Amino acid sequence: MALYSEKVMEHFRNPRNVGVIENADGVGEVGNAKCGDIMKIYLKIEKDIIADVKFETFGCGSAIASSSMATELIKGKPLSEALALTNKAVAEALDGLPAHKLHCSVLAEEAIKRAIQDYYEKNGIVYDKKQFPDCENCEHCSK
Amino acid sequence: MKEIYLDNAATTRTSAAAIKAALPYMDSLYGNPSSLHSAGQRAAEALAEARGRIAGRLGCEAREIFFTSGGSEADNQAILSAAAMGARKGKRHIVSTAFEHHAVLHTLEKLRKDGFDITLLPVSERGLVTAKQVEDAIRSDTCLVSVMYANNEIGTVQPIAEIGGVCRDKGVIFHTDGVQAVGHLPIDVKKENIDMLSLSAHKFHGPKGVGALYVRKGIPLATLIEGGAQERGKRAGTENVPAIVGMAAALDEACENMRRATPKLIKLRDRLIDGLSAIPHSVLNGDRDKRLPANVSFCFEGIEGESLLLLLDDKGICASSGSACTSGSLDPSHVLLAIGRVHDIAHGSLRLTLSDENTEEEMEYTIEAVKEVVAYLRGMSPVWRDTTSGKKEFIIK
Repeated sequence: MALYSEKVMEHFRNPRNVGVIENADGVGEVGNAKCGDIMKIYLKIEKDIIADVKFETFGCGSAIASSSMATELIKGKPLSEALALTNKAVAEALDGLPAHKLHCSVLAEEAIKRAIQDYYEKNGIVYDKKQFPDCENCEHCSK
Repeated sequence: MKEIYLDNAATTRTSAAAIKAALPYMDSLYGNPSSLHSAGQRAAEALAEARGRIAGRLGCEAREIFFTSGGSEADNQAILSAAAMGARKGKRHIVSTAFEHHAVLHTLEKLRKDGFDITLLPVSERGLVTAKQVEDAIRSDTCLVSVMYANNEIGTVQPIAEIGGVCRDKGVIFHTDGVQAVGHLPIDVKKENIDMLSLSAHKFHGPKGVGALYVRKGIPLATLIEGGAQERGKRAGTENVPAIVGMAAALDEACENMRRATPKLIKLRDRLIDGLSAIPHSVLNGDRDKRLPANVSFCFEGIEGESLLLLLDDKGICASSGSACTSGSLDPSHVLLAIGRVHDIAHGSLRLTLSDENTEEEMEYTIEAVKEVVAYLRGMSPVWRDTTSGKKEFIIK
């Protein structure tokens, strides 16, 4: 199918890091089934480094590919780098996404930020709230 | 890998008979039917013959058939014609249903902006409307009733003859979008009291880009395309003679095969329905019996349709999720929402539409492939985890 790049199809067919981390240090879930995409990211964090990351996704081909690529991009990286990951970087790493599917890469970025935020909250770490998406009022999800 | 084509509601393979009939009109018989010379007149004769044959298959007269570019144009022209006639008499109310094709719904929406009052009848959970619903909705200012013959996504067949009877009694024009039905179900426009019917050739193994509108004589047709006297001044532009001749051949063949093909298709369809019903938390969309012989439509909880389609494509299966026309949009199908499927479930839909070319082996392969892909996608779905772990309730029991 020409809808997606080869890279998207490769990650969709062979998604990396699918699964769950029991007792994860941070979990982030964004999207809702109503709009057709839900992404859930699990993080294992050791000394501010993302030691392991897994995802579960309900969604279209680009949602699964975006989850796979985004988790690859942050695996083994310091939290600061993971926080700096943009949806644009995810889409570019996938050799682009169709315009009406760009929101999938946004979900990936936000799911990661949410998981890191969860880690900060759980551990009472002081952080700058402005670094994180305001999920209450986000047009992409109503969670 | 052999391709298994299960998307015949989107389009069909052009039949050998249709191609054979059409080819000479691109080659030696290329004349323009409007030309006075012999070459033109040969094309004009072919056009007249095709018109007569199509009329014969629908039970109407040749002069009641108008060729169009396809089903969408025919739907537009039918509705806008009835609306124009209604407006002249001060009648500005139209009755239709919530799950029509967008060619109907968008045209009605345009009329609504022009001051028409549009009633879209709700559809039952089984995907059916009743003649009683239509009867109750008709008012003194109703100028048109438009109810599709068979739904393009869930395949349910509406009680067209009954609705036709109601409309005739009430003196209201009755249009039906017959795009999914013509060539697949026996149709007699006179017996069923149909005033206007749209059809599209490529849904019954004819060429793409050609269709027709049947209009009962006496109903004035509005011209959407100006610029020539073709189609008795109702549709300008040189006729697509090869496609029209191919359409007539395809319809002949489809109608002649119907008696033999229908029981075969029903058997294949029912095998697919039974096989897919074995998938837990799945549901058939549309009435089990009052449906097209070749339509299977399901929703699966916890997964999303596009992923399902892409993975089935990897296994050589060409399928569709709802209507192909909606695949560019993020919203789930309006048809599935109309039969009461909630958004979460409507996203996980699969439509398989068969043809006479499909085999029992293909059905068995498809059932196994869908089972496998659904299980795989559920395995990575957080929604599925939440429902199976009891955190959330299943929507499909």
